[in-house]
Amino acid sequence: MDLSLTDDQQAFRDTARGWVEKTVVPNAAEWDRTEVMDRDIVRQLGEMGFLGATLPEELGGTPCDYISYVLLMEELGRGDNSVRGIVSVSLGLVTKSIVSHGTDEQKQQWVPRLASGEILGCFGLTEPGNGSDPGGLTTKAVRDGDDWLLSGQKLFITNGNWAGLALIFARTGGPGPRGITAFLVDPSTPGFSARPVHGKLGLRAQDTAELFLDDVRVPDRQRLGDEGKGFGIAMAALAKGRMSVAASAVGTAQAALDASLRFALERNQFGKPIASYQLVQEMLSDMSVDTDAARLMVWRAADLCERGEPFEIAASKAKYYASEVAVRVANNAIQVHGGYGFIDEYPVGKYLRDARVLTLYEGTSQIQKLIIGRDLTGINAFN
Amino acid sequence: MNVVVCVKQIPDPAIPGQLDPQTHFMKREGKLILDDSDAYGVEMALQLCTAAGGGEVTLVSMAPNNETSGLRTALAMGAAKAILVSDDSLAGSDALSTAKVLAKAIERAGEYDLVLAATESTDGYTGFVPEAIAALLGLPSVTFAKSINIEGGTVHVQRQTEAGYDEVTSPLPAVVSVTAGVVEPRYPSFKGIMAAKNKPVDTLTVSDLGLSGVGGAAAGQEITAVDPAPARQAGEIVTDEGEGHLKIVQFLETQKVI
Repeated sequence: MDLSLTDDQQAFRDTARGWVEKTVVPNAAEWDRTEVMDRDIVRQLGEMGFLGATLPEELGGTPCDYISYVLLMEELGRGDNSVRGIVSVSLGLVTKSIVSHGTDEQKQQWVPRLASGEILGCFGLTEPGNGSDPGGLTTKAVRDGDDWLLSGQKLFITNGNWAGLALIFARTGGPGPRGITAFLVDPSTPGFSARPVHGKLGLRAQDTAELFLDDVRVPDRQRLGDEGKGFGIAMAALAKGRMSVAASAVGTAQAALDASLRFALERNQFGKPIASYQLVQEMLSDMSVDTDAARLMVWRAADLCERGEPFEIAASKAKYYASEVAVRVANNAIQVHGGYGFIDEYPVGKYLRDARVLTLYEGTSQIQKLIIGRDLTGINAFN
Repeated sequence: MNVVVCVKQIPDPAIPGQLDPQTHFMKREGKLILDDSDAYGVEMALQLCTAAGGGEVTLVSMAPNNETSGLRTALAMGAAKAILVSDDSLAGSDALSTAKVLAKAIERAGEYDLVLAATESTDGYTGFVPEAIAALLGLPSVTFAKSINIEGGTVHVQRQTEAGYDEVTSPLPAVVSVTAGVVEPRYPSFKGIMAAKNKPVDTLTVSDLGLSGVGGAAAGQEITAVDPAPARQAGEIVTDEGEGHLKIVQFLETQKVI
């Protein structure tokens, strides 16, 4: 076993780190305060190749391994999870689903534009009444000649207002997961509208939307995969997506640890740096061990995925552990900072707010535990 | 518009460096990275090629152990190819040997209009190599460039001085040294990193260049001792008695800040 990074992996990480330090970190606090991110960031994410990482070169991507991918996600998460979410969703959930399940025509039509950042993708699975239970979604698709008419509502959709392509999951058959089909929907189609979701605890700069579909006409050639196979497409995307959320959680934890270390070494109380007090060192040590352990779990999942072995349970474990670590470490970071952690002059409060959603989306911690429990016991608690 | 850029690959400054206790030379066994001060020259060269509507950037470098990590970074930024001179006999080279080697390597770069280099390296600081290369190649030398424009066969340089800058023109080809911070070096894109793996790096030895009398054995300079930098002196505290602002202005003037 060799846990050292290859030259390529280091180069990818260094490039991502340098770009994040220059482009994201100086702006993250202001974007968070105003709930508005500079939209040019999308063009830059495309130009840097981040939106095409792991994709085939002939479709405009940059082939790289999954370790490189999670290193990218960690660096983006270290800078700002609002930026990381753009890539996770557009690349990880939407573009990769098209590459895996799309027809040649669909790949040629959408993937190069998504990989270059010309357009973003959004992933329309969650609905107001269906979060952890996507198999019960109620958005409907009704056949109309060579087309489908989609009607329904989606909620908490990252990139939803900015997207040039929406991957929408809709019911074409009976109840349950087997009645769901995936569609590639152009948001400019009549009947499609999006509304921003404001007032979020964290990821305040990230575009989050509510989507409304009112008899949106979608040609059958834009159906992704077979009828009734949409749930499988969504679950496959989310299994890989969990690695990226987990990696970004590691990044957030690392950022919180780095900020705490800097502060603890500079902040003097009782005539010496607070880093010299045992109780502060204990917090820093716990934060460091937690972060390292989470990172190793992410790397294991990525390594399994890269080698084509079953990685889904490892990804669930990594997502569950790393997201809880991000919350715990960011919370401790505020404790290390004392009162300064409670104001937005320091970044740690934002880290905690941003980390909080990581235990919720792409499967809550409780859902991850049920996936892991099902694997351990052979008993499906979802039934 | 073809530009040759001299780049140095150095030990990562973020990792504390070590000196050989006998020779006082910096240990260079591990992975080397592109010297930050050379990233400006690479960026400048890429911008000049873009402004000229074409051409390519060739890197020349001298480094031990066939080391290419730093070169790959510059290739990932957009340089087209590299010439690396790597030879055990070059360990302990002085600045003149380095210049001789680089000058010979530049002659291998094909037709070029301009040679760029940093004013000095981050680990050596001799500040001598670019001018020596110009002399060896019989080319004009312009130093401390903060901006470069090419018009026809002439290079127009704003040359940084303590008081501001001089405007200097020179016929091409010429050797120009570039000050740090004058352009914003681009980050290599993921595509650039992958493309760099397939770009040619021509690795040569001293005998390939037909050179002799270079390297450690021929060094005309010797490092006799290395001492720690003196500890920082305490600052001067001035009590403001209504004239503090004047004292600040006076101080800044002595530092040539204003």
